[in-house]
Amino acid sequence: MNAILLARIQFALTVGFHFIFPPISIGLAWLLVVAEGLGWRRNDAVWREVGRFFGGLLAITFAVGVASGIVMEFQFGTNWAGYSRFVGDIFGAPLAAEALFAFFLESTFLGLYLFGRDRVSKGVHWFSILMVAVGSTLSAFWILVANSWQQTPAGFELRNGRAELTSFFEAVFNPSTLPRFLHTIDASLIAGAFFMAGIAAALLFKDGENAVARKALKLALVFGLVFGGIEVFPSGHYSAQQVAATQPAKLAACEGLFEGQERAPLTVFGVPGQTELKLAIGLPGALSLLAFNRFDAYVAGLHDFPEDERPPVFITFTSFHLMVGLGTLFLLMLSWGCFRLWQGRLWTDRLTLGAFVLALPLPVVACELGWMCAEVGRQPWIVYKLLRTADAASEVVSAGAILFSILLFGAIYLLLGALYVYLIVKMVRRGPGPTSTEGSAA
Amino acid sequence: MIDLNTIWFVLIGVLLAAYAILDGFDLGTGVWHLFARREDERRAHLTAIGPVWDGNEVWLLTAGGALFAAFPPVYAAVFSGFYLAFMLLLAALIFRAVALEFRHHNTAPAWTRWWDWAFGLGSLVPALLYGVAIGNILRGIPIDVAGEFRGSFLGLLNPYALLVGALTLVFFAMHGAAYLAMKTNGDQAARMRTCVTRSWIAFVALYVAATVASVFTAPRLFEAILGKPLFWACFPLLLVSVVAIPVFANGPQPRRVFAATSATMFAMVGLAGTSLYPDLAPSSLDPAFSLTAYSASSTPRTLGVMLIITLVALPAILAYTAYVYYVFRGKVTGDEGYH
Repeated sequence: MNAILLARIQFALTVGFHFIFPPISIGLAWLLVVAEGLGWRRNDAVWREVGRFFGGLLAITFAVGVASGIVMEFQFGTNWAGYSRFVGDIFGAPLAAEALFAFFLESTFLGLYLFGRDRVSKGVHWFSILMVAVGSTLSAFWILVANSWQQTPAGFELRNGRAELTSFFEAVFNPSTLPRFLHTIDASLIAGAFFMAGIAAALLFKDGENAVARKALKLALVFGLVFGGIEVFPSGHYSAQQVAATQPAKLAACEGLFEGQERAPLTVFGVPGQTELKLAIGLPGALSLLAFNRFDAYVAGLHDFPEDERPPVFITFTSFHLMVGLGTLFLLMLSWGCFRLWQGRLWTDRLTLGAFVLALPLPVVACELGWMCAEVGRQPWIVYKLLRTADAASEVVSAGAILFSILLFGAIYLLLGALYVYLIVKMVRRGPGPTSTEGSAA
Repeated sequence: MIDLNTIWFVLIGVLLAAYAILDGFDLGTGVWHLFARREDERRAHLTAIGPVWDGNEVWLLTAGGALFAAFPPVYAAVFSGFYLAFMLLLAALIFRAVALEFRHHNTAPAWTRWWDWAFGLGSLVPALLYGVAIGNILRGIPIDVAGEFRGSFLGLLNPYALLVGALTLVFFAMHGAAYLAMKTNGDQAARMRTCVTRSWIAFVALYVAATVASVFTAPRLFEAILGKPLFWACFPLLLVSVVAIPVFANGPQPRRVFAATSATMFAMVGLAGTSLYPDLAPSSLDPAFSLTAYSASSTPRTLGVMLIITLVALPAILAYTAYVYYVFRGKVTGDEGYH
């Protein structure tokens, strides 16, 4: 194995593990803004306990996210020195901005939120979870600015052997920043909703009368349905149109479209081979319509691009279609859950409750798939059409050193992942505290 | 000669100093955690830093991001060059972060003991490695004409760098003891004052030794130092604050000891930065290959944009950080803690 491949595996491992946690943290933080807000304004002990109980779960999730995130800030330098030199004039700024605008905000106020329940007024306490939510959302914004610049670079000029900034505004609001930010934040809100719903459903599975779990499940389902709908339309559609306009090779790989054509079909199912899509089932013309708003629009196929500029089809196609499939499943589940809620039968519907318990990790899986599709679909470029991944790694780091770090972090992450699940299960088994007495007592 | 390159050189130093002062006492607390005998003492350690350590660590991430943005070739050369040392550092920081959150979720002795070790070693290893890294930078590292690091992992563990590593470890321990003397009660606080005084003796001895070693190892650090204005700000501050530490350690106000160790740290970073300037990563192969604030910087446009971002963000950060420290002011009490 060569050093480039190892460096890519190392990056995929560290980012892939890290990316399990931020979507849950972001979604859960916003749900807690609602729950704590209701607890405060209505002086409702049950809502306050929803906040306290899920706040504890947020603390663990956030901690593992922070711990695994430390690596992110430095590994462009450790593993991708060539990349760092080439794009540093542009790429470093959003990372620094993320720390200055987001990390301080979320970390400082999370400490106040978790430790300060009895030290500050209820209003300040609510404000602290609001700042955690705002901070984590800003963090997502700046890291997506950085990643989107890799996808659709803008606001720069090639000079002195590197990309030099010409317009900060254009670099930040490059063509894919907004659609990708909205799509990812919305996905995080869904991940938070399924996290809360799954845990509330598990509590109700044990005790259908659990008032805290009932309120949490209700909140999560309604919240999830709203954002689940937005994720498909307009957000998903908007993202796909942006990819069609700026990264046609990625779109072709996502759809398994080998030959460019008018009235291009939207693939519902297929198995990508070397030169064609096998067992394809598609809706004729639907891809042309969705991508360019016209049935007869020409959609470029993979064969329209030079061979050394085509992304790997199998991973891009599969991750994209699984993500879309999961998104559809979420919408169906949330609609059904809200319907049972409206009927007043949800609390005793063990089949539906069980389904939500099992579905808890699926939005995170969908997030990971979306990220894989975006990153693999950009290959062979690390910065689209500017710098190849093969030219970006650290020259001085040996394959052996990278292998060592893969094994080291692989072992650490395995341990952390197992401990995280263990602690979440343990806290859910213990369940929320009593709500009849002062709900704010620790 | 105040230009954007110099401003960013200074700002990176300020970020690192803020990190060393703020997360420094967390790291020092972790070092003493290894020696604590009683559970209530360990609990006091965790409660003392619980609400603030995470925000403190962000100063490191900010310094990393700022270095990437302002001086990409330095970020690339140093982090890829110090690869294995960095992986160890990151692993230690990961364990420290989760230890602080995971420990209190289970009362089984094996569980708490494991996380106590993770917190302690996860603090001790970074405290040592930061010094080793700084020692190597002061000494000069084998940077070639292309700005690539041409040394080895074992080469980083040279006696001079290890001496500086021992110095930072002892300093962080002293700083942590000063923090704990301020935050804990009764005999624990009294013991921490003694720890400040004892670490101070080791610190002064190591500082003198490191300075003498620097004269022989890296004479260039002293070449023009008397002509640099910042030297005349940092050096007196260092003298006064170092002398103040043992004086205040026996005085009535533990807060003053902490102020003195903080000022010492600030002065040390200031002196190191002043003697390095304009080098960020001096080359031991040829001074012409050194990565400096001028040869290794981003464009003026990026430096300017980053300066605006920093000037907008920093006052807010300082304000809400100060507010949170104010909320959690005073000594920790036994029944207090999580949630």
